[in-house]
Amino acid sequence: MHLSPDEIIFWQYGLFKLNATILYTWGLMCVLVIGSILVTRKLSVDIQRNRWQSLLEIIVSGIEKQIEEVGLREPRKYLSFIGTLFLFVATAALFTVIPGYEPPTGSLSTTAALAFSVFVAIPLFGIEASGLGEYLKEYLKPTFIMLPFNVISEFSRTLALAVRLFGNMMSGTMILAILLTITPYLLPIAMSVLGLLTGMVQAYIFSILATVYIAAATRANKPKLESKVIRQTSPKSSLATSHQVENKTPSNG
Amino acid sequence: MDSMTIIAVASIITAGLTIAIGSIGPALGEGRALATALTSLAQQPDASATITRTLFVGLAMVESIAIYCFVVSMILLFANPFWNHVIAQAVGK
Repeated sequence: MHLSPDEIIFWQYGLFKLNATILYTWGLMCVLVIGSILVTRKLSVDIQRNRWQSLLEIIVSGIEKQIEEVGLREPRKYLSFIGTLFLFVATAALFTVIPGYEPPTGSLSTTAALAFSVFVAIPLFGIEASGLGEYLKEYLKPTFIMLPFNVISEFSRTLALAVRLFGNMMSGTMILAILLTITPYLLPIAMSVLGLLTGMVQAYIFSILATVYIAAATRANKPKLESKVIRQTSPKSSLATSHQVENKTPSNG
Repeated sequence: MDSMTIIAVASIITAGLTIAIGSIGPALGEGRALATALTSLAQQPDASATITRTLFVGLAMVESIAIYCFVVSMILLFANPFWNHVIAQAVGK
């Protein structure tokens, strides 16, 4: 019983090992990229459209709406990064229905790499939104004594992201393996359904936490008044006011 | 009792205690969070999307404590460095 797919090695040449993690990661990447290329070859804007195109539209617009609800005002800028995180972790969990497949996120290497990419992306987005000086001054708020605690919290958030995802995926596969040796038929099916559910929830959690951290980094220095003003001019209220204007002008004219 | 037995006994007992005690706190915390979320959903049903999303994020943060305990327990059982070291020594003899 192995702890992670890193230990299954298919091919070895000196220091280079082709283990199950790398193989399944590249397999997932191929499936996602080739699938998307095949679907987006002929996009249509008619009423009649391909069901795969509808599926992709549901996914993309759903992620965009979630990013906007968390508080990032231009979701398109962050959609590629956060959408990739969500899709990778979600399909890695979804394909456990295929026998013989082990999710690559069940290895600490993969989850550490994903968490490290979030760790690098947060300052990048923060500096792009507000400049280097403003972003670095955030670490000194509320007082400059908080500087070591803010730095430590950055690292601990990243570590928590990695270990949370690894723990959830690894526990799913481990419990399934243990149950298969005890009660072969019914209970492993129930546990694999539970593993699918937790995999989807963990994918959502990973991407939403990344969004929340990025929102905290890009929004923190905007003055409170401006954020209130922007909230009041949200699309719904501006539509309502434009309706009122349109209703007024015919009666006046 | 030689060192091999001591290491095995300590690892097994600690693994069991880790996951047993370590899942009490997160379970209680998640129950409280869920109860509060249900109350606020009953009071304001039209904010259900925000409440549900915040509930899930909060539950994931609390759950990660239990996951840390589970990871430590699994390491003690299946990837125990002290056990591996002692076994390597015994095989070497």
